[in-house]
Amino acid sequence: MYIIVVGGGRLGYNLLKALLNEGHEVLLLEKDPRICKTITDEMGSVCYRGDGCEAATLAEVGTGRAEMLVAVTGDDEDNLVSCQVAKHKHNVPRTISRIRNPQNAVLFKKLGVDVTVSTTDLILEAIEREVPTHPLTHLLTIDEKNLAIVDVKISPESTSVGKTVKDLSLPKESQLALIIPDEGNAYVPTAGTALKADDQIIAVTTMETEEALKSALRGM
Amino acid sequence: MKVLIMGCGRVGARLASLLDEDGHEVTVLDNDVYSFRRLPSNFGGAALYGNGINEEALKKAGIEEMDIFVALTQGDNRNVMSCQIAKHVFNVPRVMCRIYDPLREEMYAALGLETISPTKVFAQLLREKLES
Repeated sequence: MYIIVVGGGRLGYNLLKALLNEGHEVLLLEKDPRICKTITDEMGSVCYRGDGCEAATLAEVGTGRAEMLVAVTGDDEDNLVSCQVAKHKHNVPRTISRIRNPQNAVLFKKLGVDVTVSTTDLILEAIEREVPTHPLTHLLTIDEKNLAIVDVKISPESTSVGKTVKDLSLPKESQLALIIPDEGNAYVPTAGTALKADDQIIAVTTMETEEALKSALRGM
Repeated sequence: MKVLIMGCGRVGARLASLLDEDGHEVTVLDNDVYSFRRLPSNFGGAALYGNGINEEALKKAGIEEMDIFVALTQGDNRNVMSCQIAKHVFNVPRVMCRIYDPLREEMYAALGLETISPTKVFAQLLREKLES
């Protein structure tokens, strides 16, 4: 697959490496000649010096036959324009944009960007996961289906300890997928499974019922 | 008319002052308050600090009530993004976008933005002067 990566920062550099390792044909576009030289010295001619927002540059690198363009510069506006030029001028079927402002997710989708990845949200979620007192963390969000896979920790003080799954008054849009007990192997819960202190529960939920799920599991 | 101008550079400040003289209600938005020094001392409009590619900042600047939005920052991409927010999120009746790069300008014009490329206009002007 021919993939174009725009922006040779830390993210672009590592993405380029990973995609090359997977055997794809990849070209990185970077404005800064020094960064281009460093990458070329290390990986060969996989970096092209130029502005990935310019239709002319994108034409020079054969964007018309690219199956995907991934814009990972540090500026949301540059990533947006790069994806829009790829989409509208060169008919690239799939455009992916990194965004720093999570609010831009909705806007970018509306403006034709196929996928947005909010680095801010990802970092926040990763940190929340490491905060031991945090009751619910996002593991994965499936935007198209309006679903989230979440991780809920049952604290020993929770009134749901000892209750069975069918007695928890869970919202019907939520499913408990897996219980990882404090000790022992993970298992799939059934209606009769009783929750224990320090159980870690992996659940699938719609965005709207997330709060209700959290309350039901924490027993408040 | 109510006009919101993003970018208080030489062109932005001058346009703001001209429209203000003509009796329009002008608001200028810039993410550097130092640039407001370019506005004349008798400027009757509002000068606000804010980032025009941020929906919240545009809301605070009153974009929902505006008749016209003009993007005049130095960055083509910032202009393009803010204009698309103005047009597609806030439905501002008239949105004007400065884009230096002629190729980018043509593409966004084809996508329905009202655009001006100073590069094209000025080169054309020089050509006419030199060839006359």
